Amino acid sequence: MRTMKEKTRRDLTLTVLFVIFVAILLQVANVKFDSYQKQVLSLMAIYGIMAVSLNLVNGITGVFSLGHAGFILLGAYTSALLTIPPEQKAMIFIIEPAHPFIANLHTDFFTATIVAGGISALGAFIIGFPVLRLSGDYLAIASLGFSEVLRILALNLQSITNGSLGLKGIPNHTNIWWSWGWLLVTVLFIVSLVKSSYGRALLAIRENPIAAEAMGINVFKHTLLSFVISAFFAGVSGSLYAHWLTTIDPRITTFGPVLTYYVLIMVVLGGLGSVSGSIIGAILFAFLMEWLRMFEQPFTLFGRQYPAIQGMRMLVLSVLFVVTMIVWKRGLFGRAEITWDGIRKLMKKFRRSGSR
Amino acid sequence: MSLNPTILIQNLLNGLMVGGLYALIAVGYTMVYGILRLINFAFGDVMVMGIYFAYYGATLIRLSFPLAVTVSLAGTALLGIVIDRLAYKPLRNSPRISALITAIGVSFFIESFAVVFFGPNYKPFLDALENKTIAFESFVIGNVYLPKIIFIILGITAIALFILFVIVYRTKIGMAMRAISADIPTTSLMGINVDNVIGFTFAISSALAALAGVMWALRYPSFYPYTGFVPGLKAFIAAVFGGIGSIGGAVVGGILLGVIEMMIITLFPTLMQYKDAFAFIILIVILLVKPAGLLGKRTVEKV
Repeated sequence: MRTMKEKTRRDLTLTVLFVIFVAILLQVANVKFDSYQKQVLSLMAIYGIMAVSLNLVNGITGVFSLGHAGFILLGAYTSALLTIPPEQKAMIFIIEPAHPFIANLHTDFFTATIVAGGISALGAFIIGFPVLRLSGDYLAIASLGFSEVLRILALNLQSITNGSLGLKGIPNHTNIWWSWGWLLVTVLFIVSLVKSSYGRALLAIRENPIAAEAMGINVFKHTLLSFVISAFFAGVSGSLYAHWLTTIDPRITTFGPVLTYYVLIMVVLGGLGSVSGSIIGAILFAFLMEWLRMFEQPFTLFGRQYPAIQGMRMLVLSVLFVVTMIVWKRGLFGRAEITWDGIRKLMKKFRRSGSR
Repeated sequence: MSLNPTILIQNLLNGLMVGGLYALIAVGYTMVYGILRLINFAFGDVMVMGIYFAYYGATLIRLSFPLAVTVSLAGTALLGIVIDRLAYKPLRNSPRISALITAIGVSFFIESFAVVFFGPNYKPFLDALENKTIAFESFVIGNVYLPKIIFIILGITAIALFILFVIVYRTKIGMAMRAISADIPTTSLMGINVDNVIGFTFAISSALAALAGVMWALRYPSFYPYTGFVPGLKAFIAAVFGGIGSIGGAVVGGILLGVIEMMIITLFPTLMQYKDAFAFIILIVILLVKPAGLLGKRTVEKV
């Protein structure tokens, strides 16, 4: 019988080995893939960060927030304004020159991403005070409302965000290493949070907030904490996303509620409450988005030519979303996680059935 | 600050009109929420489908405008029933959050459906009218211009709400609706087919949303698949404002919300661009100060 300590050490070794293995695969991809495939690979990790951070609030704390797009938007703008060189800013702010404070800001990508996360977290802290006092459906609507308010602000604060023209010419900093590296940081942070006493408290709140309160857990403080952490990583993902897109356009279909819906689809597909599920949901979502792109160009199916169908991707994904909710309810993983123990058990089962 | 009385009167009327349209959608939210404790996110999108049906009925099939609107109302009523049967009925006994996520999914599906089949671009609704001038005519009193269309919309809204009140408070099916919003199991023990009554509720509230949509499009004629998003959310806010579950509350909440929005813009014209943000701030304030809304009943959560 292995002791607990040995088991943890073994799991840790396996995790480190797994990370190295993924890193090697990514390096291979980095060398062999063309730029389009590399882009998609980066996007998978960016979606992964969005999904894992939304899952912290919606799946693990059980507070149904729909404000994720707002925090992603906040992070995207913050970091973009920090990395676009001052000369470039002078060129894009046509209608109204940029506010002098913003016009001369310039930092490197890493600092910009951290600041983006920080600003989003601050936003969540401020918004969280009124919003998290609500419950259930009201909280969902209020958070959705706040993300819309943020978008409306972005559309109108001409001297800060360049209004409806959006930001163009954001340096293309996001590559495989940045996006997957940040995904690793996000997952490590959130998994260790869930395993800490704070995380246990969050799970207790999900199961029954009233009982949790009775056990001496400060429900408001804990939900606010998870809300702020989730927003931090949403901001980080926003920064990566902005430097992946290289433009920010504050329209309803890009940084509006539709983006929140996307992230929700990823989380629900993977299984609300499962971190590994969220990552796999995100990878699956990015893959489907790209694969379904073929319907948006003229395509051939069963030997017949069809014209391009605008918006087909959304239609298929939304159907998948609704069907998952109605038929498959728990998504890929439900609330379960992929663990080394689970994999060992699965392999044992395999071996046993093989020897028979 | 000088306040121009002409603009004040015009904006007040505009506020009343928009508020009436919010009210038409809000009664749908409030009825469905009262019965199923579900925010049917899709009402805003049902409203847009109503616009599309009327538009295509009049332009493609060349129906006369009133007939096209009638067809549109019938079509959306059917759509409401289908949404309930396919998406919400299987989840009646699931956690409420699953139903809410499904509602978001349905809303997203309708939007995507509209993008694929009707195109992502803005369409001019006035093409559906044989006589477009009606949308631009005004009554002139002194130097005050009052668009006729506003009075038409106000009139139709009032009639529609009156009919709704008659149905809910003076008919048998209305009594059944009120009964199931109080207690579903007991009502079904009384020999009432709960699913049919819920279906009827969805049909009537979808038709009202479509009616609101058509009138919305008469006043703001260019529309696209996401047109319903903001009015849908605001109508929900109106329902919460008035007290969710109360039909009278939804009407009062809707009209108040419309008028308050317009009044803020009238008093502070510089805030025009932020118009859509007020409603959410009002929502937060209402929920924190008077969570049951203006006319709602305070309920105590049982442990």
